[in-house]
Amino acid sequence: MSRALSSIGRTGAVSLALVVLVAALWLGAAIGETAIPFDVVAKTVANRLWDAGYPLEPIDEGIVWSYRLSRAVVAACCGASLALSGVVLQSLLRNPLADPYILGISAGASTGAVGVAILGLGGGFLTLPMGAFFGALVAFALVSLLALKAGRGTAAIILAGVAGSQLFNALTSFIVTKAATADQARGIMFWLLGNLSGVRWPDAWLAIPAALLGLVVCLWHARSLDAFTFGAEQAASLGISVRRTYLALVGICAMMTAVMVSIVGSIGFVGLVIPHAARMLVGVRHGVLLPAAALIGAVFMIVADILSRILIPGQVLPIGVITALVGAPAFALILGQRRGRA
Amino acid sequence: MTLSARNVSWTAGGAEILRDVSLDVRTGEFLGIIGPNGSGKTSLMALLAGIRKPKSGEVLLDGVPITALGRREVSRRLALVEQQAETGERITARQAVELGRTPYLGPLSPWSPEDDAIVEAALRNVDMTHLSGRLWHTLSGGERQRLHIGRALAQQPKILLLDEPTNHLDIGHQIGLLDLVRRQDLTVAAALHDLNHAAMFCDRLAVMQGGRLVALGAPREVLTTERIRDVFGVEAEIDHESDGGCFIRYRAAGQSRPASRRGNGARLETVAGGVS
Repeated sequence: MSRALSSIGRTGAVSLALVVLVAALWLGAAIGETAIPFDVVAKTVANRLWDAGYPLEPIDEGIVWSYRLSRAVVAACCGASLALSGVVLQSLLRNPLADPYILGISAGASTGAVGVAILGLGGGFLTLPMGAFFGALVAFALVSLLALKAGRGTAAIILAGVAGSQLFNALTSFIVTKAATADQARGIMFWLLGNLSGVRWPDAWLAIPAALLGLVVCLWHARSLDAFTFGAEQAASLGISVRRTYLALVGICAMMTAVMVSIVGSIGFVGLVIPHAARMLVGVRHGVLLPAAALIGAVFMIVADILSRILIPGQVLPIGVITALVGAPAFALILGQRRGRA
Repeated sequence: MTLSARNVSWTAGGAEILRDVSLDVRTGEFLGIIGPNGSGKTSLMALLAGIRKPKSGEVLLDGVPITALGRREVSRRLALVEQQAETGERITARQAVELGRTPYLGPLSPWSPEDDAIVEAALRNVDMTHLSGRLWHTLSGGERQRLHIGRALAQQPKILLLDEPTNHLDIGHQIGLLDLVRRQDLTVAAALHDLNHAAMFCDRLAVMQGGRLVALGAPREVLTTERIRDVFGVEAEIDHESDGGCFIRYRAAGQSRPASRRGNGARLETVAGGVS
């Protein structure tokens, strides 16, 4: 299908994707406890980016720019990154159940986060996201080492990931049970389920480059990922350097996921379900599948964030609750479809 | 375009799988590699294809060590069809063949109309044009294997390596597939199970036993009653035909006629005339 798209068709598809993304961001900035008219959102952006000088209520402008827009941008980056990682890991490991957290990253991040927040590791110099990022890297290193020891195969990576995740989840529970006050435990629980409340522009300046770099690296390897359709041996016989591809792609997925988890916590189901939805919509060719999954993931996350703010008036739901509530039934539906066609 | 193994050895998990194997695949020939299960045929194919590194010795492609050539470079000259490579992805028959263009594509060298033409020619060649839109999981074993051959042809190699390509196919598809391969203007090396097929289609046969190469030559020289007894543990009679071909008739250990009584007897799969 990518072939059938002429260069004009491709430009059209990319433009359409950008329009959809901008529309979603716009919605994300407009909808909330106080609804802000769409034109105010546009004028705020114009004021901030190009010094347009529209007269606006400072409060509205502040809400749109400092709170909602940064939040929507981070949500988009996070959704795109998780969906991309899901596509890549499912294809590379040839396992439809693989998701970004299979590498132990979210479990490690949570341990790092509670290590900083409850045990006070880092003596106040480490922020909670930094602790989470560090924990994610440690867990990923451990899982990789275990996978190498266990024989490198795709099953080895998945088993090592399961073992690593269990270990770090147990560590997190241990620390929370032993050392946390009730308030701390509640805060950590909230963070673990995913939370965009505290997100501001500095977070976005971290999330945007991570997501863009991830998108570029994954797209660069789109053909290599196609070549894994029949397994690593055939990929090798099609001229792919299997080891280098594994390193580059697993590495970039780990990086993206670790950055996102450290900013917003571990948001489940996005990296598992969005890749399957994207495959159903655009097929299995990675040149199209990767950008499609990234777009769907980004929009899904923005919408999930909006829902998390407005579903219970006056209270913010953890976004992970929304993604799981939508994702689990969607996954069940996709499973049914797979069976129907087999 | 020549492919040769020079004293290659290979071990897996401490067990020696291949020991000191040397052979040349001659330009334009159909070389059959035969031997019982576990004799090292598949490992030898993997070494020849360059997807595994020999523990010692080397594989030369046009006189250059295959490990010194880039993977893309190798896969443009040499294509491998594995035993039953499968996928759970919803790809079409045509997409499976399109994968053969991978060694020629990259982020900066996108798909071109020429690639389309090559894929269409490959589909025609393996007689799958009419099924090109079908999804992989709806195709039969024979059709899937033809697509793997088509994919290999789309790589536009000079050498085709096949690892037991006819496993699990019915007899019509087995003969059809080997005939299809022989019709190509390619150098072919194939690991085969059925000795009669090997005799029918191959110019030369390499016989593997316990990781060693024990014989190499024309089918009628290599396939003798003694060697078949020795290597496969089966009693057989060889009928030599006037056109230079030969035909192998197997005998169960306890069955009437002559020769020595071999204790362990014939295995069921070989009595039936190869795997079918």
